[in-house]
Amino acid sequence: MKNKSLISITDYSKENYLRIIELAAEFEKSPVQNLLNGKVIACLFFEPSTRTRLSFESAINRLGGRVIGFADSGTSSVQKGESLKDTIMTVAKYCDLIIMRHPVEGSARYASEVAKVPVINAGDGANQHPTQCLLDLYSIQKTQGKLNNLNICMIGDLKYGRTVHSLLMAMSYFNPTFHFISPELLKMPDEYKLYLENLGIKYFEHEEFTGFISEADIIYVTRVQKERFSDPIEYEKVKNAYILKNNMLEKTKSNMRILHPLPRVNEIHTDVDENAKAYYFIQALNGVYVRQAIITSILGLK
Amino acid sequence: MKELTELKVSAIKDGTVIDHIPAKLVFKVVSILTLEKIETQVTIGINLKSQKLGTKGIIKISDKFFKQNEINKIALIAPAAKINIIKGYEVVEKKIVEVPDEIVGIAKCMNPKCITNFESVTTKFKVVDKKKISLKCHFCEKITLKEHIEIL
Repeated sequence: MKNKSLISITDYSKENYLRIIELAAEFEKSPVQNLLNGKVIACLFFEPSTRTRLSFESAINRLGGRVIGFADSGTSSVQKGESLKDTIMTVAKYCDLIIMRHPVEGSARYASEVAKVPVINAGDGANQHPTQCLLDLYSIQKTQGKLNNLNICMIGDLKYGRTVHSLLMAMSYFNPTFHFISPELLKMPDEYKLYLENLGIKYFEHEEFTGFISEADIIYVTRVQKERFSDPIEYEKVKNAYILKNNMLEKTKSNMRILHPLPRVNEIHTDVDENAKAYYFIQALNGVYVRQAIITSILGLK
Repeated sequence: MKELTELKVSAIKDGTVIDHIPAKLVFKVVSILTLEKIETQVTIGINLKSQKLGTKGIIKISDKFFKQNEINKIALIAPAAKINIIKGYEVVEKKIVEVPDEIVGIAKCMNPKCITNFESVTTKFKVVDKKKISLKCHFCEKITLKEHIEIL
């Protein structure tokens, strides 16, 4: 992993995932260390973000590193029409590692080929967000004590949701059973279903919640975004069908935990927040340890 | 008996003949194989009659022999092209175009949100299905199907 950019979840092997999880657990025990002393890390956020940017910056700060960069492209020369290539070539001269989020798909891969320093993709449009996927894996391992043979329900926008696609790919190493719950319009794309079929991994598709959630170990909820629907009436029809409420959780397993990449709008009712099975805010905290693990392994410090 | 179309473009002694190119794409083939930079004699025929294609194009390049991977670069635009290797006015070898594993700088990514459609980045695809010709963009990871392939 040393000096290697992390752009797509498929850039890492199963062994790499397990190594990151192991390191993240170490950082959770002692998150404040002086490993990044003297290192300068550029955080280039061409698009707004709360959790990803702040958890990266928190991860770096707790390890004694310095952060340069911008939180929106309005304060950089992108405003003057500078190309991504020129921005990256320049910034790469000022730092040891680049972390970037950009709305254009493929921008992170391109940046990693232009820059002389490694690049971590913190989201390139609807394409990839590998650090989210790794923190999801860490959260699953931490709450279940294992990754193998789990029953995972994915709910919401399974068509465009990059987090569910990455998680599906990553979990495919660990013999899961998947349940997909989504409106017809936002079903899991065929290419991912075909991928699972080729690996002999079981999956079931549903349009509504029924008894199957009582078997779930993980319920992974994503936001159904209004802008995905060309017909607003279609959105109105489905928007309330995929809201997770506290009373729906009564018959679920005791080890079951609810994950959500956040931000949440209304797909998990706030009455779930107090339930011990709600894990999404801790999941967001796990992002700090996982990002500490990723940064230090890429910089060859761990 | 030789086809009449063959006679319309003068024969070469040694070199390569690329036949059965779709008529409208002859200059694309010229540019993909960078034949405009070649020093030897090149003859180009366009809109020749062809039983298979209706009209076709043909390119004859003297004293030039391509490696298979060079020839494969034209797979997206002239998959049915026939390559004849000529020595002493005789065809000594026939080659066909094979779809390569990777396509660099020939096709456009159909994803409007892809970086290759925003900045001057050379496109690059992995051929994920050689039979149906579907291309996976190296950058945005989206698939471009054969019917959506646009040649740059």
